[in-house]
Amino acid sequence: MDPETTNVIEVKCLTVRYPKPGLKQVFVTAVNQLALAVHHGEVFGFLGPNGAGKTTTMNVLLGFVPPTSGTASLFGIDVRQPIARQRIGYLPELTYYYKFLTAEELLRFYAKIFGLSRAETDQRIAKLIKLVGLEHASKRPIKSYSKGMQQRVGLAQALINNPDLLILDEPTSGLDPLGRMKVREIIQRLKDEGKTVFFSSHELGEVEAICDRVAIVHEGQLKAVGTVAEISAGHANLERAFLEVVGYQSTCQP
Amino acid sequence: MNKIVALAGVVIKELYRRKDFYVLFVLTALLTVAAGMVNFFNDDKIIRIVKDVCLMLIWVSALIIAIVTTARQIPAEREARTLFPLLAKPVSRGQVLAGKFLGCWLATGVALVVFYFFFAIITGSREHIWPWAVYFQAMWLQWFMLAIVIAMVLLGSLYFAAPSSTSTISFILVVGMLGLGSHLNTLALQQPEPMQSLLAGIYFAMPHLEWFDLRDFVVYDQKLIAWPAFALATVYAVVWTGIFLLLAWFGFRRKNLST
Repeated sequence: MDPETTNVIEVKCLTVRYPKPGLKQVFVTAVNQLALAVHHGEVFGFLGPNGAGKTTTMNVLLGFVPPTSGTASLFGIDVRQPIARQRIGYLPELTYYYKFLTAEELLRFYAKIFGLSRAETDQRIAKLIKLVGLEHASKRPIKSYSKGMQQRVGLAQALINNPDLLILDEPTSGLDPLGRMKVREIIQRLKDEGKTVFFSSHELGEVEAICDRVAIVHEGQLKAVGTVAEISAGHANLERAFLEVVGYQSTCQP
Repeated sequence: MNKIVALAGVVIKELYRRKDFYVLFVLTALLTVAAGMVNFFNDDKIIRIVKDVCLMLIWVSALIIAIVTTARQIPAEREARTLFPLLAKPVSRGQVLAGKFLGCWLATGVALVVFYFFFAIITGSREHIWPWAVYFQAMWLQWFMLAIVIAMVLLGSLYFAAPSSTSTISFILVVGMLGLGSHLNTLALQQPEPMQSLLAGIYFAMPHLEWFDLRDFVVYDQKLIAWPAFALATVYAVVWTGIFLLLAWFGFRRKNLST
């Protein structure tokens, strides 16, 4: 299978239903017949208001939640197979790591999960610690880190296997402007290296600046997909287009 | 296997970096030393009571370490959300469970070795004999009994929300099994039906943890148990551990884990 022509992410007719809390027989449809394809080497923005089904879709892609129906694959491999995650890096919205480990120990642990050799692990850890600017703190327990430093550890762990696909859930939420800039730089660098980046964000300005294509989901359904220019056509910017797609109506009277 | 070993390594690191393990260890060590120093009325037989007390402390400490450490593994990973970056790697849920089990079991094994070594030094210094083979059999079977307990607690931790409730329920269950296990069939014969069948059913269906208790051999007999019986008990522990781990895997692999 040619990696250049295979879709990196492919979602077909994906539906996810959850039992309503406390009511086992009543189901909530979080994702409804979603179809999506992310191509090799693109930066893809996954947008939608809160509760639109973005996180559920990501949970399916990462194997945390099984699809009720439909399929999802990474590099052509069903997401239910652990091997599908061999070439991906994942940065959760809120970073939580083993606080009793140092950043170096954490990265070493994840490198072992990926089956990296010792020499390769040492080389990657040194490179990543430098990339995220944690040289001075790499041997300190993570519990002593500030929030920004923990986010940077998160970014380093997402890159430990030199992934071909990076899945980022709200990567810049809670970061200061410098942290945001760092994340943007890293995404840009990965794009230049030909990697694929799939990320969800509420920062539409940021999405507009770095994404090749975007998808907008609302109430579990795909409402629009295309390049930023295509989605924004006829609107002042991506934000205006987004608001129209999700059917937002201002309640403020002039 | 490397993934399982890596996961076990994190469990062991967590255990030796937490203060509660040291508190428990120091407490047991101090009580063992104190008991070893006691010499009521210059009675030589008092050493048996000292040994009995020391072994009881070792059993209680090992059970606490095994149950408390295991009970928090999966719930703490979910609560701290460390489970999500982990499962986003090429690791299956079965491997996560196996790693957690191995880590807890090895950590408990290390604690047992230290406890028994300490026990041997204290009692040997009084009796001037070191029946290492008996100590080995006692420690080995206790360690395998703890394998059953750890697998059982791991299974429970998937269904009880809080580590504290898992620990409490597991502790009551294990103490119940150890205390009543050997008497349940006798008790069943004294009951009317259907209680008799029910108790007899429980007796035959439950794991008999009390069969792994060699404390009396260590304190009074100091004779080895037959090696075939020893091997059979090891196999029995492996089978029960396997059953509990299998049930845990069935439960965990179907669980929805929403971020």
